[in-house]
Amino acid sequence: MLSRTAENLFWLARYVERAEYIARTIDATLRVTALPAAYIGKTNEWESALLTAGASRSFYDTYAEANEHNVVEYLSFNPANPSSIRNCIEQARLNSRAVRTALTVEMWDTINGAWIELQEVWSKGTTSREELARFLRFVQETSLRFDGSAYRTMLRNDAYWFSRLGVHLERADNTARILDVKYHVLLPDEEQVGGPLDFYQWRSILRAVSALTAYHWVYRETLKPWLIADLLILNDSLPRSLASCYDNLARNLDQIGVAYGRQGPAQRHARGVRNRLEHSHMDDIFQRGVHEFIQEFIADNARLGEIITKQYLV
Amino acid sequence: MAVAFDEMNDPGGDIRQAYSELSRWLKETPPDALHYRRQEAELLFRRIGITFAVYGDAEAQERLIPFDVIPRILSGKEWVILEKGLKQRVRALNLFLRDIYHNRDILRAGVIPDDLIFQNPVFRPEMNGQGVPHDIYVHIAGIDIVRVDAEDFIVLEDNARTPSGVSYMLENREIMMRLFPDLFARHRIAPVERYPDELLAALCSVAPRSASAEPTVALLTPGVYNSAYYEHSFLADKLGIELVEGRDLIVKNEEVFMRTTEGLKRVDVIYRRVDDDFLDPLTFRPDSVLGVPGLMSAYAAGNITLANAVGTGIADDKAIYSYMPEIVKFYLAEEPILKNVPTWRCREPRELAYVLDNLADLVVKEVHGSGGYGMLIGPAATKATIEAFRDKLKREPEGFIAQPTLALSTCPTCTEAGLAPRHVDLRPFVLTGRDRTTVVPGGLTRVALKEGSLVVNSSQGGGTKDTWILDE
Repeated sequence: MLSRTAENLFWLARYVERAEYIARTIDATLRVTALPAAYIGKTNEWESALLTAGASRSFYDTYAEANEHNVVEYLSFNPANPSSIRNCIEQARLNSRAVRTALTVEMWDTINGAWIELQEVWSKGTTSREELARFLRFVQETSLRFDGSAYRTMLRNDAYWFSRLGVHLERADNTARILDVKYHVLLPDEEQVGGPLDFYQWRSILRAVSALTAYHWVYRETLKPWLIADLLILNDSLPRSLASCYDNLARNLDQIGVAYGRQGPAQRHARGVRNRLEHSHMDDIFQRGVHEFIQEFIADNARLGEIITKQYLV
Repeated sequence: MAVAFDEMNDPGGDIRQAYSELSRWLKETPPDALHYRRQEAELLFRRIGITFAVYGDAEAQERLIPFDVIPRILSGKEWVILEKGLKQRVRALNLFLRDIYHNRDILRAGVIPDDLIFQNPVFRPEMNGQGVPHDIYVHIAGIDIVRVDAEDFIVLEDNARTPSGVSYMLENREIMMRLFPDLFARHRIAPVERYPDELLAALCSVAPRSASAEPTVALLTPGVYNSAYYEHSFLADKLGIELVEGRDLIVKNEEVFMRTTEGLKRVDVIYRRVDDDFLDPLTFRPDSVLGVPGLMSAYAAGNITLANAVGTGIADDKAIYSYMPEIVKFYLAEEPILKNVPTWRCREPRELAYVLDNLADLVVKEVHGSGGYGMLIGPAATKATIEAFRDKLKREPEGFIAQPTLALSTCPTCTEAGLAPRHVDLRPFVLTGRDRTTVVPGGLTRVALKEGSLVVNSSQGGGTKDTWILDE
């Protein structure tokens, strides 16, 4: 297929995944901040939401204060924020138009429909929490529909695999980012472990990656920080864990390699990261430092994006 | 201006035969039902994303062309004549182009003045002596046809460069079949859906000799911001070929390749929807980012077929248009089946004088214009507009032609006040491949939605209709 088509499919999937992640981050933050102040402590959850969304630097070009109104507006609708949900959906639609021939009708319909709704219903943003909740649900449902229609209607060929690469690369980045911002509350030797603040922070992390219920199914225990870290980093049965993302990345790249009859640096790099995750234990990671581990992972993940681009997309 | 020819009702108040069943159906169908179907149609169009862009209109970057649900109907007998006339016309266009870029018999015979060709900015000296596969220059033609009475079909314009609109012919039919299955059941309507197959066959048949047995065809688009982008992606999809932009292509050793995830892949035929000027920055406009550097060298080497060929603009130029009856006779020794609109060439002083004296009654068009931009419709224009045009004409008479204001035929059309006659034209699409020329029975009917308006262009508020050719 055309390199540009593959590139568009890859980024289309990334934008949709990113929109969902930002919606989940806002949703999780709203839940924490709805608690009485005694439970939250002194941290500014909206500041932390910005960090998680990777938007904290540019935010202050537009706003002076990281409060609910400003952050929600910036992350959801602000045109100056390249990763705002609105920009993600607009970019996704632009990418879709450019590769319409590679999309199934159902996928096009999802993106085009979301874009129309964005213009017709959400052009002025949201004015109440109820509206905001509806908006966030709309974004998450768009992502689910997009993912579902890709899964159910796309031919299993390179178009599908490049689209999946986008999903998993973006997802791995998002999960790693939330871990990077919140890693301090996951450290086992943190003071006040098990205090109300931590408990709600943990819940909010799990909620942001839609893993709250999964946690209970996997561990059948109350929330423990190292188990949360284990779930999000190493447990390959959780779709948003780093391990699962890299299982998928390595497999999809392998499928492309087989179809094209040629393996390359992207395949080797993805396998390398996957193998490292497979052979890691939480104890070692804590000993070496969660922060360092995550930082290294984020760099590795970004590197994979560059290698894929060089090998296939230009 | 004469009373317009009404395609459904004859002057005696009877319904013409082709419309008899539709007329009965309209009487049985409550107005509400029509209104409801109209809304449904609009929703479908928006969902599918069939839009076009209006240049210079930021608000309406993507707009829907209004779709009128009342079909325009031609009888099988009428179609037979039209089809014959279209094939004749396109054959003549191809022979003319071959001649202009080679022997120039027609110039030597004095049928057309030399300077009309050589002074013409759409004449491409790069094409002099350059062969094209099977001498076909115009693979896809869109010939704009109007009617003023029951007898004749008149050609308003030949579009031999990159005619658009065929996606509407196909999508309008799809949507009509979804919305009005009962109405279809009551007619025998010639299908249009084989157009993509015919187009692909025509394109493959003109592949260069160096191509493999299964030539690779690609559609070259200027990109998502082009007003016809939807059509480009629609056609690429229907043909099952890659939709490429200039940046996807690269020329190496006078061959054209596209950049794919598996490396470079040779392309043999390009159905290009990019104008000549932008095709190759090394040959034409150096500032073009839409084109492919070196494309013309591969073309000259005979390693790529461009459809349509470079330089076809010289055949659909509005000044050349006025010579079409002579062109048909010169190459085919036949009487033209389709008529021309009488045309005054403002480049000729005597004709200019007549035009200046009668501006208020004439339509004046730019020789190189299209899309309904930059034209004067005398009877509908204000005094000031006419005077402004008079100055333009005097300053640059060779840039204009003038024609009488035609009373374009009308078809019943949905309006706020119920069904009413509106002026229409028709653009059928003529395909030419190695062995044959085909016209899929149908075309794009454009309708001027404003009462009394004669401008059918979508950029000027025109709409479209499904066009039915009855299979009798």
